[in-house]
Amino acid sequence: MKTVSSLLDSHWYKRYQKISKLNIRSSIYDVTNQCNLRCKGCFFFSSGEDKAAREETDLSKWEAFVDAEKQRGVNLAILIGGEPTLCLDRVEAFYSRMPTYCATNGLIKVPRDRFPDMMVGISLWGDEDDEKRLRGKDTFRVSSRNYQGDPHAYYLYTITPKQLGRTERIIKNIRDAGLKVHMQLLSNDEGVDGFYWRTGELADLRAEMDEMLEAHPDTVVSSKYYHKVITTGKMLDRSFGWAECPSVSEHLDTRNPRPRRLIHFVRWASDLSTMHRCCTSATRDCSTCKDGAAHMSWIMVNKRAHMGSARDFQNWIEVYEMFAKLYQFIPW
Amino acid sequence: MPHELTLEQTIKGVSAIVIEELKLEDVTPEIFDPDLDLIDEVGVDSMDLATVALVLQDEYGVPIDEDDYPKLKTIRLIAEYVLRNAAVKT
Ligand code: SF4
Ligand code: SF4
Repeated sequence: MKTVSSLLDSHWYKRYQKISKLNIRSSIYDVTNQCNLRCKGCFFFSSGEDKAAREETDLSKWEAFVDAEKQRGVNLAILIGGEPTLCLDRVEAFYSRMPTYCATNGLIKVPRDRFPDMMVGISLWGDEDDEKRLRGKDTFRVSSRNYQGDPHAYYLYTITPKQLGRTERIIKNIRDAGLKVHMQLLSNDEGVDGFYWRTGELADLRAEMDEMLEAHPDTVVSSKYYHKVITTGKMLDRSFGWAECPSVSEHLDTRNPRPRRLIHFVRWASDLSTMHRCCTSATRDCSTCKDGAAHMSWIMVNKRAHMGSARDFQNWIEVYEMFAKLYQFIPW
Repeated sequence: MPHELTLEQTIKGVSAIVIEELKLEDVTPEIFDPDLDLIDEVGVDSMDLATVALVLQDEYGVPIDEDDYPKLKTIRLIAEYVLRNAAVKT
């Protein structure tokens, strides 16, 4: 039987021990159905999820709900929307009760006196042109001012096909704002012309992501294995998709056989009772899904499958570390 | 659960379940080190523990509380847990 210490030298073993017992149990919450932007390709609006449920407005119900989620075993709340910063009282209901991550477009600054160490992930969809075309606004100009040098914030840079060969300028801008960046890929849920991934582009993108990680290791929070898995949709000898996806809401998971999945994961709508199918749009075709968190989690829940060789297991450790940094379970 | 089950027998039984459920290769209940750290060394995660817990419940009639997973670090600790909680029940 292969054991961890037979695979790893002492350096890697120490790294492994820092994450081996974290036991992260996340769920995702739509804090509100409203947003101060309407991006083309936003899965939330394009799939009608903003109308899937009536938003709960009674704060005491949110507080009781978060308490119940804690009881259910959740120890990481991932807040999305809509735009969570439009409803800071609801955000606080989570933040005051459990480790909380807040996704935002960065236009409204999370007040740090109220949320001193809440991890904030700021979305960015490319350069000024892409941002204006897809989101109607150059959000970076505002968000980088709002969060300059903030140790509890990073950019979640969604790379579009138009960004190929042009990512470094953006990464340098982020570095100059004193922030970190994690990269993911556009899934183009609204079929915006010119934003589909064409054959060959994903291989080029993988090489570019690898280069960025090598050139800017203090700014880019990523791993080459994650780049490989997200651009190829392959992990070990398996293919990503519905049959393998780990990020399906527990109570809606009718798959048989059930794959390895996130324990107790649910994505809740803002009425606090409706569940969405998965961490992203229920109308998305799983065979073309590029969701970064789902790919990351796919690797993470398949730990023992990566114990075939030292390299495979080191890859697994790097991805787990990346996730743990992004959600503040270990330092940057 | 039969009262006369010993720790040694339970260790073998739990080992067999862990090997079978987690499809561990090149190991048998006879040679499985009962003190090997399942999380740090075998790479077991909480989903594996949940799978094993279901079978343990069927086999020994002992439900395992999820909050107790982190304590169940070795085959011996699981076996002791099973015996202790079975004893409480009977
Ligand atoms: S900022 Fe986010 S939630 Fe709002 S429209 Fe854009 S992608 Fe959707
Ligand atoms: S769309 Fe993506 S995240 Fe959702 S179930 Fe399909 S593969 Fe998983």
